[in-house]
Amino acid sequence: MTIAPPHHPVRTALPRAAAHPAITPRLVVPGSEDAALDLAAERALGTYDNSAHAADPAAFPDVLEAAGLRGRGGAGFPAHIKWRGVAAGAGPRVVVANGEEGEPASYKDRWLLTHRPHLVLDGLLLAARGVGADRAIVYLSHPETADAVRTAIAELGPTVPAPEVHTVAPTYVAGEESAVCRSINGGPALPTAKPPRPYESGVDGRPTLISNVETLAHAAWISRHGAAAYRAEGTAVSAGTTLVTLGGACARPGVYEVPLGRTVGELFAEVAGGLDAGVHGFLMGGWFAGLAGAEHTATVLCHDELRAAGSGLGCGAITALGADDDPLRVAADIAAWYADESAAQCGVCLNGTKAIRDTFARLAAGDGADGDVAKLARWGQTLPGRGACSFLDGAAALARTAVAYGGPVTTV
Amino acid sequence: MKAVVDATKCNAYGTCAEICPSVFTLDEWGYAAVAGDGTVPADAVESARAAVADCPEKAITLTAA
Repeated sequence: MTIAPPHHPVRTALPRAAAHPAITPRLVVPGSEDAALDLAAERALGTYDNSAHAADPAAFPDVLEAAGLRGRGGAGFPAHIKWRGVAAGAGPRVVVANGEEGEPASYKDRWLLTHRPHLVLDGLLLAARGVGADRAIVYLSHPETADAVRTAIAELGPTVPAPEVHTVAPTYVAGEESAVCRSINGGPALPTAKPPRPYESGVDGRPTLISNVETLAHAAWISRHGAAAYRAEGTAVSAGTTLVTLGGACARPGVYEVPLGRTVGELFAEVAGGLDAGVHGFLMGGWFAGLAGAEHTATVLCHDELRAAGSGLGCGAITALGADDDPLRVAADIAAWYADESAAQCGVCLNGTKAIRDTFARLAAGDGADGDVAKLARWGQTLPGRGACSFLDGAAALARTAVAYGGPVTTV
Repeated sequence: MKAVVDATKCNAYGTCAEICPSVFTLDEWGYAAVAGDGTVPADAVESARAAVADCPEKAITLTAA
């Protein structure tokens, strides 16, 4: 079994991290692979030195735009647009580092928070100055990340603003932007309908920047090294390096810092010791982009190219499906997880995830009815965008991509 | 003018799609969503306002955009 059991989606064992051999690492720097960097080690790397932008921190989004930094939480949204959108609202504002890594197959945010918490805090404080925020909050769910961040805050000493830590129970939807604001505001960690979006009215009803922790770490790196250096790796539209979680049927599963623009197959070969014999496809986006056939071995790691190929990079978690993994069984297990994990706030999500689960269960049991495959294909097209958050879109992507995967799914 | 359905409030009464079918559609479980991007055609403004008023869950809002 190369995926986590659907009813125990949050795993605790953290794999070791490593950097791609062809890059000068920015996040997985020497010494951080399997140990946390303390304040002295971080200061030696320049962390917390943002003197180049101290005179005019509000101009920093221009640097982010030149660098082409895109969000690392899943959607790949350009960071500078998000920062400017928040800065355009009435102040004072709020910034949140989102480390609630809800994707079941992703470990990269947990690795970053437990090994380089100071780089994340550096990025958070940079964002606070950049958008004019008087509250800076680190939003977390896994106890080991909260311990690491609290230790780093204590080690750092007083700052303005002083970073706060807000913890929630780990669920997928808890990391969704409107759920983040609702929880910090004292409510349940569940999504709300949009509008308003957090950049308009978020924490305390104020314009709120919610940024994935890895995005903030890259922003901190860019503040010291500049946009041109950032673009030395990656492609024109997906610049820089990124953290990925490679797992499943490969020699060395783990968290890796890799240049964007390599093919999926190259990445597994170059950092994860190669794919096992008999790999027939992948789970993409840590499962939110669904299944992808073996032809995606040649797809380039880039938000736009993956989207054009009907898949997605998401949070950068890719699980290889091996000879022992029946794609229909995998789809049925993940569909069951979606039905369990739905917040059940929206009728369409409650009913849609259950219908997808039941249909896959029938097909996996060899008990499929006429029209089941057509139903999955239809839900894959009609359900995205109908819930208050994008959770249902993930289940719909599973339905759509499982049908496209062919073989055992469509021939039952 | 655009219509927005709060999917967390919709309880599948279907009133909106009955009153203003050019703006509101129902899925196979009866829950409402807006057609396209929710833009309300000029000849449907009155019925869209009626759909807002008659929604038992107060799940619909109209925005200027």
